[in-house]
Amino acid sequence: MKQKSIAVVGAAETTKMGKIPDVSVIGLHADAALNALADCGLKPKDIDGVATAGISPVDLAHYMGITPTYADGTSVGGCSFMLHVRHAAAAINEGLCNTVLITHGESGRSRVGAGGFGRAASSLAGQFEMPYGPMGPPTMFTVPVLRYLKARGYTVEDLAMVAVIQREWAAKNPRASFKDPITVEDVLKADMIAWPFTKLMCCLVTDGGGALILTSAERAKDFPQKPVYILGTGESVETPMVSQMEDFTSSKAFRVSGKKAFDEAGIKHADVDHLMIYDAFAHLPLYGLEDLGFCKPGEAAGFINGRNTAIGGKLPLNTNGGGLSYMHSGMYGMYALQESVRQMRGIAPAQVPGAKISIAHGVGGMFAASGTVIFSNGAP
Amino acid sequence: MPPRMLPEPTPETRHFWEGCKAGELRLQRCTECDGGSYFPPRAFCPKCGSRKVEDYAASGKGVLWSYVINMRPRPDMGTEPYAIAVVKLAEGPQMMTNVVGCPQTPEALQLDMPVQVSFAKQTDDISLPLFEPAKG
Repeated sequence: MKQKSIAVVGAAETTKMGKIPDVSVIGLHADAALNALADCGLKPKDIDGVATAGISPVDLAHYMGITPTYADGTSVGGCSFMLHVRHAAAAINEGLCNTVLITHGESGRSRVGAGGFGRAASSLAGQFEMPYGPMGPPTMFTVPVLRYLKARGYTVEDLAMVAVIQREWAAKNPRASFKDPITVEDVLKADMIAWPFTKLMCCLVTDGGGALILTSAERAKDFPQKPVYILGTGESVETPMVSQMEDFTSSKAFRVSGKKAFDEAGIKHADVDHLMIYDAFAHLPLYGLEDLGFCKPGEAAGFINGRNTAIGGKLPLNTNGGGLSYMHSGMYGMYALQESVRQMRGIAPAQVPGAKISIAHGVGGMFAASGTVIFSNGAP
Repeated sequence: MPPRMLPEPTPETRHFWEGCKAGELRLQRCTECDGGSYFPPRAFCPKCGSRKVEDYAASGKGVLWSYVINMRPRPDMGTEPYAIAVVKLAEGPQMMTNVVGCPQTPEALQLDMPVQVSFAKQTDDISLPLFEPAKG
């Protein structure tokens, strides 16, 4: 895409976050959408493109009273919203529509109006993974990690440190679920979920949602909020089964998506002021730092232990507290995007002073998919 | 305890499950390119797209590649923690499995330890390919 041709003009999360037992899944989508519309001063009738995952874009359009000329139902897991941003940018540039609403809402904790998980026994995962006892992401996303630790020379303490530093960020965020400081020892002593992963190395399970509104950069100047421009995007997918990941020490989808986004944006790693790496589990930021090229293989743990990603560090990472401490409804990618937008607007609770370029990098499924969006707050 | 979650074979995978029933771990390979063995089963080579593929009985040998120990057993898996493992087969492909015949502990489950297939009959139709520490 053409750099800075598209901007985020509206962005908001649900009114409440964490435990929301009185709102259904589609209600969370709508609450976030209404907040994002208010953020940019638009009404549903002003929207002519819709994108969402979890529910169908048909559900969203009908519920909101929108008659779109563009609908994207790409659903590849928690990074779907990064792909929606990318596709919306292409669609607006191609003239398919002018203003796209992207929503997420999930009743991950309260399960109000939520569907079930599950894979058919005849699917490939149903035949070649489920018979061996996996029980959701904590027992699947984590499967490659022992191999990764051995190959890199990392330890479980390195995994724990990821959670410790993100908790420091969460302490600055009033909306974060967990704000109390923790130590590496606390993380290692927490309940063992799937060895070597303790509960504090696993994401939260919460309710919430978020929405974004995108339009052309030309129109963006006319909106009340500071526009956040899209500098580059990437996406890729690898495998629906974590056991079939080509390399247990590196995500091919991360590498392909990240490179594409950097190439489009025409930036160097040193240009990046702020980074979000979807952290469903504590190993994701380590893989992300390596696969996006911020660290050489084997150097990511030392980079985090050296406080480079912590408050005051040279590459602030997961500044909302992340999926480990802020919130995680199931498809967390929307919240990574929201934090990037806040940082670019200069209004984040843990604002990185003078940040000009932010990256939101997402994962979908268990290393199944990936999407990357590079934002800038500099005018085109 | 509810019955164990079992696979439902499709036309493209039936040879694999028939093999397990007969005590053979059947992989597939391409006869047109040298893409090597592949898994899970499909009717074409994932490297070159050729439909000219054959299935064959693999060695059943491999090494323990990675795993987690699930401390909250799925109801159909019993009440004790168990390892959800990935084995790297001698022929190249990786497959998810359980490691049986040894304690489900980090001490007993060492990465790269040699393992061999052991079929566990579940029903008249389905035997699951599990792995145990290699003998000798």
